[in-house]
Amino acid sequence: MTNVMTNPMPPYVLERNFELVNGQVPAKVYVAGSGEPVLYLHGADGLAWNPLLEALAGQYTVYAPEHPGAGQTDLLHLRDMWDLALYYDELLDALQLPTAAVVGHSFGGMAAAELAANSRPRVSKLVLIAPIGFWRDDAPIADLAGISPEQLIQLLVHDPSGPLAAALAPPRHDPQAMFEAAVRMASILHFIWPLPDKGLKRRLHRVAAPTLLLWGTGDKLVSPVYAEEFDSRLSDSRLELIENAGHLPHLEQPTATCERVLKFLR
Amino acid sequence: MKSIFFHFMPYRDLPDDFDKKYESIWVTPPNDELCDPNMVRQYYKWSLDELELADRLGFDGVGVNEHHQNGYGFMASPNLMAAALARRTPNNSAICVLGNTLALYSPATRVAEEMAMIDCLSDGRLVAGFPVGTSMDVNFCYGVTPTLTRPRYREAVDLITQAWTRPGPFTFNGEFNQLRYVNPWPKPLQKPHPPVWLAGGGSVETWELAGDRDWTYNYLSFFGYQLAQKVMGGFWETMDRMGIDRNPYRAGYSQQICVSETDERAEEEYLEHVMYFFNKCMHTPPWFREAPGYRTRRSSEFAIKSNQATELVRMATMEKDWKTLVDSGMIIAGSPATVADRLIEAAKTLNAGNLIALLQIGSMPHHLTEKNITLFAEEVLPRIRGQWADQGWDHRWWPNGAASRVGTLAGEPERSAR
Repeated sequence: MTNVMTNPMPPYVLERNFELVNGQVPAKVYVAGSGEPVLYLHGADGLAWNPLLEALAGQYTVYAPEHPGAGQTDLLHLRDMWDLALYYDELLDALQLPTAAVVGHSFGGMAAAELAANSRPRVSKLVLIAPIGFWRDDAPIADLAGISPEQLIQLLVHDPSGPLAAALAPPRHDPQAMFEAAVRMASILHFIWPLPDKGLKRRLHRVAAPTLLLWGTGDKLVSPVYAEEFDSRLSDSRLELIENAGHLPHLEQPTATCERVLKFLR
Repeated sequence: MKSIFFHFMPYRDLPDDFDKKYESIWVTPPNDELCDPNMVRQYYKWSLDELELADRLGFDGVGVNEHHQNGYGFMASPNLMAAALARRTPNNSAICVLGNTLALYSPATRVAEEMAMIDCLSDGRLVAGFPVGTSMDVNFCYGVTPTLTRPRYREAVDLITQAWTRPGPFTFNGEFNQLRYVNPWPKPLQKPHPPVWLAGGGSVETWELAGDRDWTYNYLSFFGYQLAQKVMGGFWETMDRMGIDRNPYRAGYSQQICVSETDERAEEEYLEHVMYFFNKCMHTPPWFREAPGYRTRRSSEFAIKSNQATELVRMATMEKDWKTLVDSGMIIAGSPATVADRLIEAAKTLNAGNLIALLQIGSMPHHLTEKNITLFAEEVLPRIRGQWADQGWDHRWWPNGAASRVGTLAGEPERSAR
């Protein structure tokens, strides 16, 4: 397996660019497939083409934006999760999508939940894969910046000695690539430093969309106990656990994950 | 040349297996296991005694700084120590607080107030240090978002300098500090305000700030003057580009120094304590050194291009013995003549007029620290003080209430003017 982060986008994926927030924040969106729209929000590991995007593109038009700030963007224009939720609402305008199903992984799940809480009529269905957004003292989430990349990989995957763990290894020989990876991470940490509890608990009840919560049973980064925080506040939610998966079920158990997501969206 | 005795106030008795057993000297070393307040009360007294001795023996300044949750420096509030020194430095040394980590304070007027208090308490002897602060302190210990470190710092610089110079009360509408009434009592004694010394680790933005505001830049590292060349070279190139003169008093650098009667004796006396410093006090994992987003894209690209990180890692990981430490310039050690010669070489190489002399290193005990300070003051200072004296540069960044111990060329008697 090649390095996950440097996988190029396949040729049938189009890139669309916009300028949002009064022209101050550039937005890059990858688009593939045809059919009803699905917005996919990636996690702190960055945006790469993955089996879930591939499966979604087989039946839907999938829109996969890069979170803002990974490039030259001045993140001062987006100070907090409230600004980010409005940013994604603006992005739906730019894409001319009155409504869309939204799928988010990890930090992308947190952003998707904020978007669904804010722009209620626009989010038809919501899929949250191991989302963050809460803090529990009985299940602390590791400090993404305060551990070694090797330790982080151990927490991310169910099988630390498998090929996926190897493919996630940082490109140590290449300082520029290391730096770009740090910038991508910084653009996420910007919204969740030092703990990811940023007020979703006060807003999550507003979500109207039917919601699927997916969690790897072996998630060592964000314990499945966090599903309770979502389940207890959402009016229409169901939790499904993926066996033999950690924090990256869409990469670790792609078949099982894709089946559940597609079945729910249908 | 100005010599400032600078103290980190380290924990001098960490366990032998510290670096094997614990992840880091900074942020996470467990306090109940490692930091005994009964020891600390002794360390604080020793440290203040050592700083006061330096004042009596004729150093130009005494220096303190701010770190948090850190075994090699736990002066969480340098302003408390500076206040104590203001009352117990009869020889009128400059009091160099290098400095307050501005991004941590909200509102930052707290820094304006405390520094103004120290300036009044000391009769105008304060040097106001404005460091950006390390990622360990700012991001990991105090929870400031890495990407907001510099915006918060820049805004604090603006707020503090306005609080010192504008008539109060005025209104400040910042992104991070929103104040209806800014009106500190008192303002500093020095006008327009105490000299500002920036302290940095090689960020392009900090050099430009020094140039824009006409402030000094100080490269505070533990790896000595040879490694400092790249950073100071970048600083002076930036000054050239901005059309600013090469007045050496614009620049300072830190250097670990061990003085003894002879070169051989220096090794015998100091090696153990220097090794303690490099093995235990520099024991910080790379992920704490720079949280993603702490450094800007511009500065990161400069650091990558100039191989800063690689160099630092090389210095940090190289096999260290007395010879390699001395040869690489990480320490300047030996007889007074040896030390003076190398300090003059370093000052010339870096074009630096302010020496931040680190004379208490790691586990160095009180009596040996006193010896180091005394030998430096009596035997080295007279040899280096006259450096730059013949070039006619004006030190416009020296606090006007502090003694100006005028540098003389070798052989001339020393004068003290105030």
